[in-house]
Amino acid sequence: MNFPLNRAMMAPRGSVTETALKVGTLRMLEGASLDRLFGALSKRGYRLLGPAVREGAIVFDEINSAADLPAGWTDEQEGGTYRLKKRSDDALFGYAVGPHSWKKFLHPPAERLWQADRKGKTFEVTEEKPDTQKTAFIGVRSCDLHAIAIQDKVFLNGYYVDPLYKARREHAFIVAVNCGQAGGTCFCVSMGAGPKAAAGFDLALTEVCEPERHYFVVEAGTDLGAEILAELPGREVEGREKAAAEDTVASAAQQMGRYMDTTNIKELLYQNYAHPRWDTVAARCLTCANCTMVCPTCFCTTVEDVTDLQGEHAERWQKWDSCFTKDFSYIHGGSIRATSKARYRQWMTHKLATWFDQFGTSGCVGCGRCITWCPVAIDITEEVRAIRQAPQSPKSSPVGDKYGNS
Amino acid sequence: MSTNSTPETMMGREPSAPMLPRPCTVQRVRQETYDTFTLELAPAAGGAFPFAPGQFNMLYAFGVGEVAISISGDPGRPEKLVHTIRAVGATTKALGHLRRGDTVGVRGPFGSAWPAAAAAGRDLIIIAGGIGLAPLRPVVYHVLRNRQKYGNVVLLYGARTPADLLYTKELEQWRGRFDLDVQVTVDRASASWHGTVGVVTNFIPRARFDPSETVAMICGPEIMMRFAIQEIEEMEVNTDNIYVSMERNMKCAVGFCGHCQFGPAFICKDGPVFSYNSIKTLLNIRGI
Amino acid sequence: MAKKQKPKLAVWKFASCDGCQLSLLDCEDQLLPLTERIDIANFPEASRAVVKGPYDLSLVEGSISTPHDAERIHQVRRASKFLVTIGACATAGGIQALRNFIDVKDFISIVYATPAYIDTLKKSTPIAEHIRVDFELRGCPINKEQLVEVVSAFLQGRKPNVRPHSVCMECKRRGAVCVMVAHGTPCLGPVTHAGCGALCPAYHRGCYGCFGPMETPNTREMSAAWERLGVKQKDLVQIYRSFNAYAEPFYSESRIHESKIHQG
Repeated sequence: MNFPLNRAMMAPRGSVTETALKVGTLRMLEGASLDRLFGALSKRGYRLLGPAVREGAIVFDEINSAADLPAGWTDEQEGGTYRLKKRSDDALFGYAVGPHSWKKFLHPPAERLWQADRKGKTFEVTEEKPDTQKTAFIGVRSCDLHAIAIQDKVFLNGYYVDPLYKARREHAFIVAVNCGQAGGTCFCVSMGAGPKAAAGFDLALTEVCEPERHYFVVEAGTDLGAEILAELPGREVEGREKAAAEDTVASAAQQMGRYMDTTNIKELLYQNYAHPRWDTVAARCLTCANCTMVCPTCFCTTVEDVTDLQGEHAERWQKWDSCFTKDFSYIHGGSIRATSKARYRQWMTHKLATWFDQFGTSGCVGCGRCITWCPVAIDITEEVRAIRQAPQSPKSSPVGDKYGNS
Repeated sequence: MSTNSTPETMMGREPSAPMLPRPCTVQRVRQETYDTFTLELAPAAGGAFPFAPGQFNMLYAFGVGEVAISISGDPGRPEKLVHTIRAVGATTKALGHLRRGDTVGVRGPFGSAWPAAAAAGRDLIIIAGGIGLAPLRPVVYHVLRNRQKYGNVVLLYGARTPADLLYTKELEQWRGRFDLDVQVTVDRASASWHGTVGVVTNFIPRARFDPSETVAMICGPEIMMRFAIQEIEEMEVNTDNIYVSMERNMKCAVGFCGHCQFGPAFICKDGPVFSYNSIKTLLNIRGI
Repeated sequence: MAKKQKPKLAVWKFASCDGCQLSLLDCEDQLLPLTERIDIANFPEASRAVVKGPYDLSLVEGSISTPHDAERIHQVRRASKFLVTIGACATAGGIQALRNFIDVKDFISIVYATPAYIDTLKKSTPIAEHIRVDFELRGCPINKEQLVEVVSAFLQGRKPNVRPHSVCMECKRRGAVCVMVAHGTPCLGPVTHAGCGALCPAYHRGCYGCFGPMETPNTREMSAAWERLGVKQKDLVQIYRSFNAYAEPFYSESRIHESKIHQG
């Protein structure tokens, strides 16, 4: 992953550090000292966003201190169900991902793109000012780091750049957390997206809960991360602590609730546009769009043009949209994807196949949200398995170039 | 794709503010048919609007909405930005109410182009259905400007009724030329119509072109394009030399909104003009 | 602009509770700018003054439930250039469409002392079953912001930003936690037309379908999911049989579960 973003403008220079740390450095931070990290970020003007218990789930919201984190909570997830449970310890990050993803902040559900005012026969357009509030994302899991990198490809890495996304992205400080426990619908290991944060963070924490001790092993991922880490009351990590942190992540990797065989998955789906399984899943699908709303990589939006009653002022708003709506593919005369089958097929084929051709990466990071938050428990891993078990003859449509032509 | 225009010259020139419409002034409005009109625009801030044949703009009618419209003007005269629009929805109707001196918000030009220049030295068969003639007209202009560079040039144009025919005066002029083979047909007509009735694909076997040295450019309803391709393939035109223009719902035109996906392609940046070979499989699957 | 005559707005009432019309009066801050752009020509709930038609925009509240109304709605259509039905009564027949499931004569004799005075139709039906409707605004009651949106869209000649997808999209956009998945609370959100802003789920309640069916409702699978949460057949009949009882496929789905009860 690449994060070619220029942070020079926001990295405060000249702060006093006891020892200059390097990127890649591991330090030990006592659990009770986590607030020092939050303090260091707040002092630099960062707004803290992180996990918090709300409405019976762990969501991402504004937090002020470590006391706001979901201490001692975990989640039990299965297809179509999510329940909070108490843990036997006071771990602060002892759960998998919830219904929110970081796109809520980086690619918000609704945002104004510009405003226009009538001036006689013409009108003046005023561009929306990019948001330069510095934000620190606390507790970003590896799957979500991959998801952010994927959305970067959509909004930053092409010829056109989304200026509003870019500003938010440049002003984000990422504190990753390596998962110590996988959820019932997790499959990041299958997608090569976790559970250990490999890149794309400023700091990465591994939480270790032992009967007598609660501490974090902290890795610096950027210069700014290293600078902040140097200010915290930690020390060099000991071999035993490092091993404990590694064991934690390794056990999460062993617990994946789901598995997806991704061998030649692009070709598999390109060859199976006419597979009968699409009918089966379409019969179950509610076309409610929940999967696309919770997906951390789904980026589709629509625009709404609004006006005041006087007709003198107009605005354009961008809103999360979904390929599960009929409107999404509407052209004069009707919807291209008129059936649930066509819409489900579009969504899954996009995630797991066409995404590779569009952005050079999978569109799925194995976070499992689409499985958990589907009211009727449709499971993308199960759908892939069903198609793989009885694929259509690959000879009928051999795969050649990116459009599936030989 | 080989047909992609080079970003430096042909894509929207504001890569960092891609969603911002630029005000353009309506210079002229021409009613083409009962529901179709042509707008001639000029940037309010002056300057030209270079584009390649086949590219499109996003046009914004104040307070109403934005819509993707192919450029139908002459690429050799970039100071005039010309669009031919059929009033079928709220935004296109609002654009139809504009008069000289009014303002339209414009983004782009966006998308890929017809291989007009690359087709030099060969025969050219241009097949258009209905409003599909609009995105092909820039090709005709380009070819007429450089006529000696091309072999036989055939233009086949079909519409539903005589009242739906676009650019009738121009078609008449083009028919009068010895170096253009222009055939016009309609699906149905009253007795006062002295032209041909029938589908446009009927002309293909009779048209004068050398299949081994021909580039075909097709734009119209998807069903018409499929039939036209079938006929052209039967004439043994190399499928590498067949180009089509696709249409999908479009909101952003810059690859952000996801609406215009057509399998792995985004119509807005990989299209709208595709080589037939590149989308052959997808064209035959419903609901892609 | 100023010289142009203002478009005329009329509000019409059929069988209804007046709640949707009141949404217009509820628009408070928006009401004054509205009257600057539009003449409120006929709105008995607000004023007795009546300006003669034709009207540029008619808002029709209520369902057709009497022979007289079945006639009157045609007059309204003739007097209106653009006609918008507002609310579940007008778009789906309303709660009074519960009569459509039984014989209305049985009711009349129970409720009224002199049944002979009552002139009513067997069914309560949506306006669109009688006349051409230009736009339907859903909800019981309608959302006043959506009403303002429809009126300003009409004034601008644009398409209203009123979309027929599920309530779930609004629910997720506002960041609410899914009550069905996280709490096991039955919720009709996935099959219900958006427009309320996911009001109930945001207050930890399941959606009960005030805005009627969404564009492609899969009620069969919705019901199956409710059954997995322990909901009984009789309650499934009830949930589909409320303000939008006569709207397909809520109508058919409630009948399916009714017949399951009878089958035992």
